[in-house]
Amino acid sequence: MKGRPPEKSDFRTQLEQQRPYLLRFAALQLRDPNAAEDAVQETLLAALAGEANFAGRSNLRTWLTGILKHKIIDSIRRAAREPSAGAELEDDAAFDPLFRANGHWKDRPQAWEEPQGALEQKQFLGVLEQCLARLPQKTARVFMLREHLGLDTDEICKELAITPTHCWVLLYRARMALRLCLDERWFGKGSGKAADKR
Amino acid sequence: MMMPSCKEVTRLVSEGLDRELGFGERVALRVHFMMCKGCRNFEDQMGQLRKAMQDLARDQDERHA
Repeated sequence: MKGRPPEKSDFRTQLEQQRPYLLRFAALQLRDPNAAEDAVQETLLAALAGEANFAGRSNLRTWLTGILKHKIIDSIRRAAREPSAGAELEDDAAFDPLFRANGHWKDRPQAWEEPQGALEQKQFLGVLEQCLARLPQKTARVFMLREHLGLDTDEICKELAITPTHCWVLLYRARMALRLCLDERWFGKGSGKAADKR
Repeated sequence: MMMPSCKEVTRLVSEGLDRELGFGERVALRVHFMMCKGCRNFEDQMGQLRKAMQDLARDQDERHA
């Protein structure tokens, strides 16, 4: 008798192996470690209960990510119902310094050169993640639902109980902030390209 | 919409990623782009940002496998 560990089902082991990946995915989306943990736990439980549904599908991670997306949306929906999650709708004065009084660019946007090669692409996406982490909570949530999970704005409005206009404002803000962050940390300054300003 | 400023153009470009713009809005954008390199670059950047987010969603797999 070799001292074999008590036989966990293969499926359960495979699920556990996906946990770190799922946690990262959920954390990026939810920005709350506890909520991310919960969503992943629910996902793994649902997967375990639904093993039969997986039979025949080729990719476990893809299947789990699909379940996780639903759990993430549930979680966001719950959070949106909490009274604290009021509208954070101020005006867009934050981006005024980018423009002259007449509404034209102070500093004209310069073309972004696409990252070249796998390594550079990987580093670039790392910087993008850092920039995402700096967005305000609600802005980030809407942006991630839109661009990371790929929901359309109607769905997002429904889930978060906000108006389409509010949704567009938050998405605008996220894009403006990310553009500045990427410009600063990746594309612009320090890469020598700042020289062709103008 | 008559001649939008660059600031208004950034708003329209962003909304164009989330809803279908009206005819007038599209024309105003086209006309503005013809004259304004900065806003053309901005529009390109918004496209690149969207693509990067898609790459990120896909790429998380490989990077954190």
